[in-house]
Amino acid sequence: MTVTDLVSYEDALAAYDPVMGLEVHVELGTKTKMFCGCSTTLGADANSQTCPTCLGLPGSLPVVNATGVESAVKIGLALNCTIAEWCRFARKNYFYPDMPKNFQTSQYDEPIAFDGYLDVQLEDGEIFRVNIERAHMEEDTGKSTHIGGATGRIHGARHSLLDYNRAGIPLIEIVTKPIEGAGERAPEVAKAYVAELRELIKALGVSEARMEQGQMRCDVNLSLRPQGTEKFGTRSETKNVNSLRSVERAARYEIQRHAAVLSSGGTIIQETRHFHEDDGSTTSGRVKEEAEDYRYFPEPDLVPVAPSREWVEELRATLPELPRVRRNRLREEWGISAHDMQSILNAGAVDLITATVDAGADSASARKWWMGELARRANEDGVELAALPITPGQVARITALVSDGSLNDKLARQTIEGVLAGEGDPDTVVEKRGLKVVSDEGALGTAVDEAIAANAAIADKIRGGKVAAAGALVGAVMKATRGQADAARVRELILEKLGVEG
Amino acid sequence: MPGITREEVAHLARLARLELKDEELDHFAGQLDDIIGAVARVSEVADQDVPPTSHPLPLTNVMRPDEVRPSLTPEQALSGAPAQEQQRFKVPQILGEE
Repeated sequence: MTVTDLVSYEDALAAYDPVMGLEVHVELGTKTKMFCGCSTTLGADANSQTCPTCLGLPGSLPVVNATGVESAVKIGLALNCTIAEWCRFARKNYFYPDMPKNFQTSQYDEPIAFDGYLDVQLEDGEIFRVNIERAHMEEDTGKSTHIGGATGRIHGARHSLLDYNRAGIPLIEIVTKPIEGAGERAPEVAKAYVAELRELIKALGVSEARMEQGQMRCDVNLSLRPQGTEKFGTRSETKNVNSLRSVERAARYEIQRHAAVLSSGGTIIQETRHFHEDDGSTTSGRVKEEAEDYRYFPEPDLVPVAPSREWVEELRATLPELPRVRRNRLREEWGISAHDMQSILNAGAVDLITATVDAGADSASARKWWMGELARRANEDGVELAALPITPGQVARITALVSDGSLNDKLARQTIEGVLAGEGDPDTVVEKRGLKVVSDEGALGTAVDEAIAANAAIADKIRGGKVAAAGALVGAVMKATRGQADAARVRELILEKLGVEG
Repeated sequence: MPGITREEVAHLARLARLELKDEELDHFAGQLDDIIGAVARVSEVADQDVPPTSHPLPLTNVMRPDEVRPSLTPEQALSGAPAQEQQRFKVPQILGEE
């Protein structure tokens, strides 16, 4: 395979204007599937969560999940959409073994929610409005394992194995209108949109929206048109881009690739493309042999959904504070910059810090531990911050121990290490590891006396007014107490004994 | 005039993964054209005030609570599968050599 030629991002943007369309699939967090009562619990034994309905056996009949419909309406409302007064499901017919029914139950020309928008905030604080075309209800497909190919890919596989546990899990597909006018910020807008949507979905409580687990997936449609023209160019569709960073990289790569093709006189082929995490490139999927022909028709086995206006208003009244509004409120309460808040959002730490503050910590300490030591550990272990085995309550307890002088920062880090290693809650770790700051004034006084005696020259300098030299003696005492002293108190004692005003 | 051409029948047959011989295409194209023509007469009598019907019953909002019901066992689920492996449905090669 030859490496695709790219033009530089700057050159691409000088000549062309990008237009994007983003399709996001969200797996709902319902207990059961969209059209049957099978469990949706992850990690179950293969084919242990299926029934005649989701296997498409003759004579079975689907009935829609009330919570699934409610979640769809909530998402629609949060996206400022109009909620359909009456809409139907449709069969999308295709032959592919990931759906045993040979069709996917979806919605076609009557989505439950349409014509909305989501305001997203870029890193510099600018608000960009992304218009929403529609949000509709459908179901996920089964999971294929391809056997016999070199890399587990479908190409070259001899046969494939299907697990239908995931077939029928509720999905909401959210489709934007063409995103125009983002210019060079198009990749950033794409990433910010998916990030904001993820926060919104989590705030609504309809899904955990974990991208790394495939609970939220994004397809990036992108085309270029020459600067100053109106007509859209031919688009490519990069499928299943499964992290925020990848959404940005995929958009950026496609802008550079399209520009290279167009500026050398070539034409863009309308096709699906695969994104590669390792180098951020995309490669061609199958070029469709013929126009898609799904022969959609109204699903005869499901009756129409007609959300009453009363119910819609009831649901509207339950909507939580929008994540962007909440973040701006927290940013002001915490007294931090937009950039710091963005870092906290990207690290997935907003809720963790809030919960730590609710558990009694001050916001500066809560931010310090989550964005410092704990973020470092999460990064090292390659896990999400929220997946670390430490709770906001435990972090709050550690900050309390620091602020009452029982722990200094070094000992607090060791306490965190102990909690993460499963040694128990912070107080247990402090007790077991003997991490308490030496607050016994007698023992500390002795250590200070020894340090002064051993460093007479420095002590003289301090007596002579060079208070800054006290640092060296503090260091000596900390070393002697193996870090278990309160450095501020040690400094006070040194200055007191040498008769100098701090 | 509604109707269906031989080409359209061939296209539908391919979408439905049905292998039809030339004489079968001729045969079915004629039959399907007759059927569609007969059904089309309904639209001639239905005026603007008669909406297309997708559901014969005047029902909406039939929903079930989000409560788990027992599933089939994997053995039951796989009992009708022509082939299985690793407790999964085994299907023939999906993409041919390219």
